[in-house]
Amino acid sequence: MMIKGYEVVVGLEVHAELNTKTKIYCSCRNSFGLEVNTQVCPICLGMPGTLPTLNEKVVEYAIKMGHALNCKINRICKQDRKNYFYPDLPKSYQISQADIPLCADGYLDVIMDGGEVKRIGVERIHIEEDAGKLLHSDKFDGSLVDFNRCGVPLIEIVSRPDMRGSDEAKAYLETIRSILKYIDISDCKMQEGSIRCDVNVSVHKPGEPFGTRCEMKNVNSFSAAVRGIDYEANRQIEILEAGGTVTQETRRWDDQKGVSVSMRTKEDAQDYRYFPEPDLLTIVVPQEKVDELKRTLPELPNAKIMRYVRDYGLSHYDAAMIVDVVEKSAFFEKCIEAGCKSPKLLSNWILGEISKFMNEGTAIEDTKLTPKKMAELVGLIDSGKISTAAGKTVFDIIVKEDADIQKIIEEKGLAQVSDDSALEAIADEVLKANEKSVSDYLGGKTNALGYLVGQCMKASKGRANPGRMKEIILSKING
Amino acid sequence: MKLYEYSAYELSEMLRAKKISSRELTESVLDRVDEVDGKVSAYLYTDREMSLKAADEADRLIASGKAASRLAGIPIGIKDNISTKGIPTTCASKMLENYVPVFNATVMDKLAAAGCVISGKLNMDEFAMGSSTENSYFKTTRNPFDTDCVPGGSSGGSAAAVACGEAVVALGSDTGGSIRQPASLCGVVGLKPTYGSVSRYGLVAFASSLDQIGVFGRCVRDAALLQDEIQGSDPMDATSARRSYNSLYDGLCGDISGLKIGIPSEYFGLGIKPEVSEAVMKSVKELENRGAKVTKISLPSTEYALSAYYIIACAEASSNLARFDGVKYGYRAKDCDGLIDMYEKTRSEGFGREVKRRIMLGTFVLSSGYFDAYYKKAKLLQKRIQQEFDDAFKSVDVIITPTSPSEAFRIGERVSDPLAMYAADICTVTVNIAGLPAVSVPCGYSASGLPYGMQIIGRKFDEQTILNAAFAHENAFGGFAKPKI
Repeated sequence: MMIKGYEVVVGLEVHAELNTKTKIYCSCRNSFGLEVNTQVCPICLGMPGTLPTLNEKVVEYAIKMGHALNCKINRICKQDRKNYFYPDLPKSYQISQADIPLCADGYLDVIMDGGEVKRIGVERIHIEEDAGKLLHSDKFDGSLVDFNRCGVPLIEIVSRPDMRGSDEAKAYLETIRSILKYIDISDCKMQEGSIRCDVNVSVHKPGEPFGTRCEMKNVNSFSAAVRGIDYEANRQIEILEAGGTVTQETRRWDDQKGVSVSMRTKEDAQDYRYFPEPDLLTIVVPQEKVDELKRTLPELPNAKIMRYVRDYGLSHYDAAMIVDVVEKSAFFEKCIEAGCKSPKLLSNWILGEISKFMNEGTAIEDTKLTPKKMAELVGLIDSGKISTAAGKTVFDIIVKEDADIQKIIEEKGLAQVSDDSALEAIADEVLKANEKSVSDYLGGKTNALGYLVGQCMKASKGRANPGRMKEIILSKING
Repeated sequence: MKLYEYSAYELSEMLRAKKISSRELTESVLDRVDEVDGKVSAYLYTDREMSLKAADEADRLIASGKAASRLAGIPIGIKDNISTKGIPTTCASKMLENYVPVFNATVMDKLAAAGCVISGKLNMDEFAMGSSTENSYFKTTRNPFDTDCVPGGSSGGSAAAVACGEAVVALGSDTGGSIRQPASLCGVVGLKPTYGSVSRYGLVAFASSLDQIGVFGRCVRDAALLQDEIQGSDPMDATSARRSYNSLYDGLCGDISGLKIGIPSEYFGLGIKPEVSEAVMKSVKELENRGAKVTKISLPSTEYALSAYYIIACAEASSNLARFDGVKYGYRAKDCDGLIDMYEKTRSEGFGREVKRRIMLGTFVLSSGYFDAYYKKAKLLQKRIQQEFDDAFKSVDVIITPTSPSEAFRIGERVSDPLAMYAADICTVTVNIAGLPAVSVPCGYSASGLPYGMQIIGRKFDEQTILNAAFAHENAFGGFAKPKI
C-alpha cells in the first residue's frame, strides 16, 4: 500500500492471554469478569517471601503457537525480570523473557483479499505474566487496583517489519487470531482485552532505507489498528513532506479522537534492567515433547481454507468465511462426515441461515440442529426432492425441535412436484392467464420467462420443481 | 541448671520421658527473655500467650504419643524475615513495621506440624543487609559475651538469643554469611545448608540465588536436630532440590578417621587476625590427631569473591525490594503529590541507609550499558568459583577456614565504613556463591573472652560430613563456653 509515493512499513507486537485453567505462576483461577480481587493469592499479589512456580501448560501452549508460526523452538530457555514501577504490578517487576524467547525466527503466510499470499516474518514468541488493572471510582479520590489479572499467562508475538500498510496488518492480525482459536490456546476476546497489540509504523520512499519508526500503544481492536496505522503513516508523511524529521518515540493511540499522542521519546525510554529470574529454573522442554506438540497440532486455518477450495469447490471467500469461525467450520466438516454430498450448498446454508442465528448469539449446539439432519436436508434440496423454500420451512423446525425430516415433509406436504403431467396442467393454466407475458417473451423480452415460472411456482404453492417447470413452459411456448 | 540452659536434644528426651512439660520449658525460656533481653535486645516480638498455647498443644501431642518430631515442644526463635502467619514480620524495617503476613513460610508450616513452639521473632539487619545487626530500624542487638560488641549479622538476634538461652535453637538466613558470622561472633553453632535444601518459600528475599534459611544451636547435635526438621524439597519453591534427605542427627558420628581436610591458603591471608588463624589451625591439628588428613589447597579466585557477591546480591536485592512501594502493604509516606512522589518519599523514608545503598548499587549494575561490565562478569566469576570448589572437592572432603576475620567488633565501630563492614563477609560469601553447605563452630576465645569461629565447608548436600567434622571438633574441644550474662 502506497500513500503519496511513500511505502508504509508496519511491525506488530501481539499480546494474547492464554486460556489455561490457572495462572502462570500460582494456582489461582485464570478467568475474566469475576468480582475484583477475588482471584488472587499471596503469590500473584507478590507478597514478601512468595515465590513463583511455572505452570507448564503455558510453555506447551506457547510452543503450539511457535509451531503454528513455523518458529524454531528454544527448548532450553530462561525467564527474566523486567523491572518497572506501576501500581498494577505488585512485585514491581514482570516475569518475562528477554534475550532467549521460547520460540523464534518463524513466519506466517497470510492470504490477502485478492487471494495472493504474503509471508510475514515472526521474530519471536515469548511467555510472560499479565499485570492487574487500575480502576477509578467517583466515590473514591485516587486509583483502585484489581489484581485478578495479575499472573494471567500471556504470549507476546513479535513480527518483523514485513507488513506494507494497514491492509496487510489487518490480514496478519486476523490470521493470528484465527490460529489462536484453532489451536485453542486463547479466547481471543478483544472486548475483554485477551488480545492486545502494539503497532510499529515507519514510512519511506521505495528504494530508500527504512524511516524512523514510532511505536503506538493502547491499540485495543483490529479496526483500531487499521485506523492507527493509517493515521500514523499520514502523520509521518506530512512531517517529511514539510521537510521535517520523524522522532523515534512511543505514542498512545486515542481511538475515540482518532489521533496518536506522544507518550515518551527515545531519550526518556525506560530502562527495564532485565536480568535472569533467580526464583525460577531454566526451562528445559524435552525434544520428544516439542515433537509431540507439533504432531498433535490441528489443521490450521489457512490450510483449511485451501482444502475447502480444493476439495469442496468452495470459493476462497466462502471458505474463509466458514473457517473464520471455528464452530462453523467444525459443523461444516461434521456435515460432510455425516454424508453431505453438496458442500457448496451446505456452505450457503451455513453462511446464510446458520450464521443468522449465530450472529444473534445462539450457538449451534444450543439448537436441535445436528450435522446428520443438516446433511439430510441439504441432500433433499440438492436432489430436488424439496425446494429451497420448503427447505427453509424444514430448517426452521429442525432447529427448534428434534423432529424427523421425512415426517415434516409428509405432514406439511412439502415434497416437490416433479411429475410432468401435474406440472403441465399448472403450466397450461398459467400460460392461459398470462397471454401478454407469452407474447412479450416471443417478442424478445426474455425476462417474461422468469415471471411465468414464478407464477407457476406460486400456483404450485412452492412445490413445483422450478427447473423442470421452466423446461415445460419453454416447450409449450416454443410449441 | 535451669531448663533454658539445656540443649535441645537433652530437652527432647526430657519431654518425651515426661520429666518436664513444654509449658515449663517455654516459661523458662520466656522468663530468660524477660531477664536478659533488656541487655541483649535479641527479640523484636514475643507473645507469651501465643507461645504457651503452642506449648500446651505440644504437651497434648506428646501425651498422646503422636509427636513424631524430636523437636515437639521445643521453643524456637525465628528471624524476622521469615513469614509467620498472623505474627508481625518486619525484616527489622520501618517499611514493614506494621506488616502481618497472611501466610506461613514453608519452614513455619513444618515447625508447626512438628509441634514446635515459637518463642518470638528475632532482630536482624534490615532486610538481612549487614554484618552487625546495627542496621535494624528498631534496635541494636548486643553480643551476650560483651554487650558493648555487636553480635554479628545479619542474623544477630538469632545468634545472640541462642547464645544466652533466650531460645533453645533458632532459625536464621544466610545470603553471604548471615548465619555463620553471627554464630562465630556469639560462640554458637550456625549451619548454612546447601542452596536448595531448605525451602525459601516465605523467606523475604534479599538475594534469591544466594539466600538460604539455616539454623543455630548451642551444640552440633541441636543444629542437626533443627536442620532435620526444616530440610526437604518443596513444590512451592522451584529452586528447592528434588531429592530425599536423611536424618543428620541420626547420622552424626564423631569418628573422622580418614577425613580429608583441605586448608585454602587464600583464607588465612590478609585481613584475617593472626589469633583467629591460629585458633582455627589449632583445631585443625586436633582433628588431624584424631585421624583426619590435612592438605593445603588453593582457591585462587577467592580475592574476587567479595566483589562478585556484592554485585549479584545487590542486583537481585534492587529487584526484590522494588515491591515495597507503598501501594499494597507496609509503610506509605504521607502528603504525597502524585504517584512518583509517593514512590520516592515512601522508599526514601521507609528504607534505612544500608538498604538504600544496596538498592542503588544493584540498580546501577543492572542498568543498560553496565550490565555486561558488572552483572555478567560477576556471574562468570561465580561459575569460576564454583568450578574451583568442585575441583577442590575431588581431593578433599571438607574445607576449613576461619568464619570471620576477627572476633566481635565494638558497636558503632564500623557503621560509617561500609567497606570495612563488607570485609567481615570475606570468608563466608564464596560458600553462598557456590551454593555449598557450611557450618561455623566456636574454636577459641580472645583474651577478653570473645569467641572465634571456624568454618567447615562441604560438598553440595553433604551436610552430614561437615556436621560430623564439627561434632568431632566439639568433642575434642570439650564443649563451648556460655556467656555470663
